[in-house]
Amino acid sequence: MTAVVDLTAAPRAATRRRLGKGRIAAWLVLIIAALYFLIPIAASVEFSLRGVHDTHDLSTWTNLFGQPGFVDNLVTSLELAAGTVVITLVLMVPTTAWVHLRLPRLRRLIESICVLPLVIPAVVLANGVLAAFRNGPSWITGTPVILALEYVVLALPFTYRTLDAGLSSIPLTTLVEAGRNLGASWLTVLMRVVVPNLRTSILNASILSAAMVLGEFTIANLLLMNTLPVWTVQAGQQDGEVATAASMLILLVTWVLLLLMSVFGQRGARRTGRSG
Amino acid sequence: MTATIDPSTEAKPGSPVRLAGLRRGYGQVTALDGLDLDIAPGELVSLLGPSGCGKTTALRIVAGLEHSDSGAVFVDGKDITKVPANKRDMAMVFQSYSLFPNLTAGENVAFGLRLRGVSPAERRKRAGELLELVGLTQHYDRYATQMSGGQQQRVALARALAIEPKVLLLDEPLSALDAKVRVQLRDEIRSLQQRLGITTLFVTHDQEEALSMSDRVAVMNAGRLEQCASPDEVYTRPATPFVAAFVGAMNRIGGIASGTEVEVLGQRLAVTQPPEVPAGAKVTALVRPESVLLTPAVAGLVRVARSSFRGPVTRVTVELADGTEVDSDLPSSAAVDLRPGTLADIRFAPEPVMVIQ
Amino acid sequence: MADTKSRNRQRLDLLGLLPFLAYVAVFLGVPTVSVVLGAFQDDAGGWTLSNISAAAGDPYLHAFVVSTEISALTAVIGAVVGLAIAFAVSASPPGGVLRQVVSTASGVLAYFAGVPLAFAFIAAIGSQGLVTKWLGALGLDISGFSLFGFAGITLVYLYFQIPLMVLVIFPALEGLRPQWQEAASNLGASRWQYWRLVGGPLLLPPFLGALMLLFANAFAAYATAAALTNGIIPLVPIQIAAVMSGNVAVGQENLGNALGLGMILIVGIALAGYALMQRRTSRWLR
Repeated sequence: MTAVVDLTAAPRAATRRRLGKGRIAAWLVLIIAALYFLIPIAASVEFSLRGVHDTHDLSTWTNLFGQPGFVDNLVTSLELAAGTVVITLVLMVPTTAWVHLRLPRLRRLIESICVLPLVIPAVVLANGVLAAFRNGPSWITGTPVILALEYVVLALPFTYRTLDAGLSSIPLTTLVEAGRNLGASWLTVLMRVVVPNLRTSILNASILSAAMVLGEFTIANLLLMNTLPVWTVQAGQQDGEVATAASMLILLVTWVLLLLMSVFGQRGARRTGRSG
Repeated sequence: MTATIDPSTEAKPGSPVRLAGLRRGYGQVTALDGLDLDIAPGELVSLLGPSGCGKTTALRIVAGLEHSDSGAVFVDGKDITKVPANKRDMAMVFQSYSLFPNLTAGENVAFGLRLRGVSPAERRKRAGELLELVGLTQHYDRYATQMSGGQQQRVALARALAIEPKVLLLDEPLSALDAKVRVQLRDEIRSLQQRLGITTLFVTHDQEEALSMSDRVAVMNAGRLEQCASPDEVYTRPATPFVAAFVGAMNRIGGIASGTEVEVLGQRLAVTQPPEVPAGAKVTALVRPESVLLTPAVAGLVRVARSSFRGPVTRVTVELADGTEVDSDLPSSAAVDLRPGTLADIRFAPEPVMVIQ
Repeated sequence: MADTKSRNRQRLDLLGLLPFLAYVAVFLGVPTVSVVLGAFQDDAGGWTLSNISAAAGDPYLHAFVVSTEISALTAVIGAVVGLAIAFAVSASPPGGVLRQVVSTASGVLAYFAGVPLAFAFIAAIGSQGLVTKWLGALGLDISGFSLFGFAGITLVYLYFQIPLMVLVIFPALEGLRPQWQEAASNLGASRWQYWRLVGGPLLLPPFLGALMLLFANAFAAYATAAALTNGIIPLVPIQIAAVMSGNVAVGQENLGNALGLGMILIVGIALAGYALMQRRTSRWLR
């Protein structure tokens, strides 16, 4: 019995030591990374809580809503997010569904078109918009409406991929044919059959576009529009604490949205897993 | 399969392998509970059993991919328990997807030779010969994704044979393949293995595979070896009730013990091993369907419940008076008159049967 | 007859794409074409190469060089560190908490560019930053380190480059089947030989692809640098913005277009490389 134990004790210990070294290295990498990623966020929180003479209080946060222009710009940004989401869904849900149903051969082509905005940097797009629409109707080009219209384009790579993945995972043709056989019109089929089956994808696409809009600075700044990020940078030139608090707010809202998506995504995946 | 083989690989006496008291547990689960097994040089032994019986764990321990909690593995009489996997001179064929996707079929086969410092020209030649051996000469420059599952497994086999391993390990290499390819490749593997005389350990859950390919079949259950014997013996003289039930179909029919005999439906049959019960005790006899003979009879004791045609044989299922169903495999010509509802007489072939309590 | 019918139907089907195509043409196509054409036009609308030659000379050439340097440096560091993190995570048990946390955090942090990121770093290592104060209390003065210079921008960009790398490379790392390592080991390969002959060659295409994606990502970024440096560091996007807002001289819109064309070309080539490598990877990653 003792002999048998002796026989295997050595190699097992060796394995454990080797594993241990690798594991220590892995944890070291992860801990350093965690510090690098957490410290700026922690510092932002601390910075936004600074009061006079090295004290900490909530004054920056309580005063935030009273800052001139803050509420107006916050509302503009929220309206932009809502507008972008609505235009995106109205444009992209029928289009992707149509491509899946009637033009599956064109899927790759449509996908290529939808990733094009990645190739055109936002700065360059803003430049183009400024030059191309100089003589456009001023209720579009002179107001944040143009921003919403361009944000739909900026979000295309993410929204298309999300909706496309959702459509690929449901038996769309069967569902639609069943609906059409029952005498439903195209619009009815879209609203009653396609949309309910795509709930998770539609939600994800909406969250992705909204998160993008709330943080977008480049185009808004270059087109001289006032949004929350633009206001934040301007405020930062006078008052670092206020700007930091405002950017924390943007961050917080964005992250809550993205975390929601992650949670919904898992629930959706689990549901598909169970039925399949 | 008619290729000429390099004489150096032909019928070289293989290495004897011994597994001694292998034990392995994962937390609460015991995967191997003291496995002993001797494999003769050039022999093909199958590890057969239901999933979770420890057969794959045993194979992986032999390969060095997993360690055992206790026990040892000997090859050529040498204890290799502490030797790492890459120094063991064994080659394994996995269930599927084990070809390196960045290498062509030929490069995959040459992989082991490359590690052994064989010159590029020589390994190209050897890889070509081995691909010829598995009938894939034309596929030298193909990548895994350009080949069917069966072709991939042939390449994996050629890759394993290329290093002239002391032991060939096969981990359910056929289970991911279509039925037809499976049978064909099964025969090819066996004839290659016999020609090369290579000691082989083959893991499978498919009893037909195990019975048709092996010199000996090792039936495992819950981490233990139930029986290790020739396919014929495992089938006709199962050592334990588990083996009897797991290998082949088996009827369980009530009977009465009387010493070295058992009385089943009025017929006295010899028993393989007398049960430790007093005469007159109720026992269960295990009878193969092909040992159950039925003849139509107006005043028969049993009634045909259903029958299913299977080509040369027809399986007829009858219902006994107490409701027990008994299967019988009859030549299809003899089963014509045994339609459902027919009454029949039942008899058993005069062979020793196994009895359990 | 039936043929004409089905051809008509196909034409009708294509009509369903009209709203989408029209939208993309107007809001992406028209601005892009305007930039590309503008790059070759003078103020009167005549054709010229003077914008291009101006964009290819200093100070703009210098901006392209600095942008390329920063993008390449953050891409390389981001790719290496991201790969290390992905490796560390892939060693943890599947379905574990660590995987969950890292994948969610990467998804969220890869989005964390722009204005909030700039302020977060100012709050951490700016002259009044938390870390600056701590280190100062320990007698370590880092006020010489400027967040607004090359090293500062690099440090900040890594904050979104690393998570992006983790997101992109993790599927490739997970796609390496344990059988390959085991088969190699059986055939006599050491760990190092496995990585040299199998694992490394398999990870190379996705790694190079990710490198190019990261490069494009950094090259196109504007908001972080603008909010952080207020336009001090001469990156191409910042130069374009300066030209656009008339800070340089009036009537230089077409110079901005020429710079924009340069950006489109560089980003486009990098992304094309990424797409190419992705396609190579998808051959074995399934």
